[in-house]
Amino acid sequence: MKKLINKPEDVVKEELKGIELAHPDLVKVFYDPDFIVRADAPVQGKVALVSGGGSGHEPMHGGFVGKGMLDAACPGAVFTSPTPDQMLEATKAVDGGAGVLHIVKNYTGDVMNFEMAADLARDEGIEVESVIVNDDVAVEDSTWTAGRRGVGLTVLMEKIVGAAAEEGRSLKECADLARKVNGQGRSMGMALTSCTVPHVGKPSFDLPEDEMEIGIGIHGEPGRHRIKLEPADKITEMLLEPVVEDLPYKEGDEVLLFVNSMGGTPLIELYIVYRKAMELLEAKGIKVVRNLIGPYITSLEMAGMSITLLKMDEDLKKLWDAPVKTAGMRWGI
Amino acid sequence: MAITRDDVLNWIKSYAQAIEENCEMLTDLDREIGDADHGANMRRGFRAVLEKLPSVEDKDIGTILKNVGMTLLSKVGGAAGPLYSTMFTKAGMTIGTKMEMDLNDWAQALEASTTGIAKLGKALPNDKTMLDALYPALNALSAAMGNGASVGEALQKSADAAHEGMLATIPLVARKGRASYLGERSAGHQDPGATSTYLLIKTAAETWTDC
Repeated sequence: MKKLINKPEDVVKEELKGIELAHPDLVKVFYDPDFIVRADAPVQGKVALVSGGGSGHEPMHGGFVGKGMLDAACPGAVFTSPTPDQMLEATKAVDGGAGVLHIVKNYTGDVMNFEMAADLARDEGIEVESVIVNDDVAVEDSTWTAGRRGVGLTVLMEKIVGAAAEEGRSLKECADLARKVNGQGRSMGMALTSCTVPHVGKPSFDLPEDEMEIGIGIHGEPGRHRIKLEPADKITEMLLEPVVEDLPYKEGDEVLLFVNSMGGTPLIELYIVYRKAMELLEAKGIKVVRNLIGPYITSLEMAGMSITLLKMDEDLKKLWDAPVKTAGMRWGI
Repeated sequence: MAITRDDVLNWIKSYAQAIEENCEMLTDLDREIGDADHGANMRRGFRAVLEKLPSVEDKDIGTILKNVGMTLLSKVGGAAGPLYSTMFTKAGMTIGTKMEMDLNDWAQALEASTTGIAKLGKALPNDKTMLDALYPALNALSAAMGNGASVGEALQKSADAAHEGMLATIPLVARKGRASYLGERSAGHQDPGATSTYLLIKTAAETWTDC
């Protein structure tokens, strides 16, 4: 293992300390239990958004705490769901009297821990709603699996619903909007290399030099198919087609196209993918009206990328364009 | 014969030791079909349990087990955190304020744990989970008790059944947890959760053999 760390067990704590020192204008960091809240929390009368998940996906979620996006984020150990005590304390710290929305990625651990935290918070008199993100078309959604994973769409949901909360919408309106985003967004990812969890010290899976893994999640778990490496245009098509067909996105639809790096893939390659994805969508008469390109939901140093489509309307476009000021996403302010 | 509070403490310590020794093996199993952290997460949890135990070791069995459950909940994370927390918390609630328990108490505790885990994980037998070690352990324990086996014999039968259940997860296709994302590719690998559960039943049998 070759990493820029001190001790594996100190990785998350030292990262949090760095965030605290770098962004005192944006966030406050609490320890034991660990969570990050926006600097002006709790914002009275505003619905608060809380998310969380394993660390190693930076900038998600801690990098999305701030005005116009999340009120709090709970970081777990690397690739491990945070625990209910973190979520409960974060929920209490940001509740401004208008209720708290939990945004939960559909992973068994995240769902169980957030469910327990929501129960505990309700017990203390806080109004809590939970929304599950499950946009990964690589997983067959059936009663025979844990269901589709929450991946790239999480970033878009946190931005859009964060803007709605900032605008003063109610808890129910924010939860309904989040469910609408979940209903209109789909993703799929692939990996060129594996990644190494610091406290494990070995790659999460083995991937030979001339092969790639199609349909990966964001925790270094293997995907559905392992095949020989192909050129970028072919890979783009392999990810985009199942995404388009799943909803399906149709001629005349307006979409946000999000090309995400899994951590190790540079922008130069993301733009090559973006170019091909645009071309394929245009050929289908699907119009790209907004985009996001870069490393926003990552798997440590994994090379690879994911493509997310979100069907847009006037309301979603307005909320997407609304000001946001976080460490990981910032415009209009 | 009875299983005393000190026997319970010894079992927990012995399991923590088993997790230390098998940490890498559990993580390696998880690397095949999960996300390569089961051993590391369980080790973090049980190291915290060992730190917690001195502050509760003069309490009743129920209190001790519930404290183990709460510690695991805040230290393990992932799915294993809430699931193992449920295992100990439900057992603790069932045994209550007793300072010693008999085999019947243990069977009831194990049943409450199993039911709680099945409910939280929404899992069924043969989904390739912890339950595939727990159900056989529970059934074998009841059968042995019905046949009038001694504590040591009954616990050994229970551990043997958990071992068989663990091995029987190898050909199964996972239907719960991260392994389910692999579909058919999850077959041919032993379930890490069933493995750590077998170790729990096994250490109970070893620790309480003379009770």
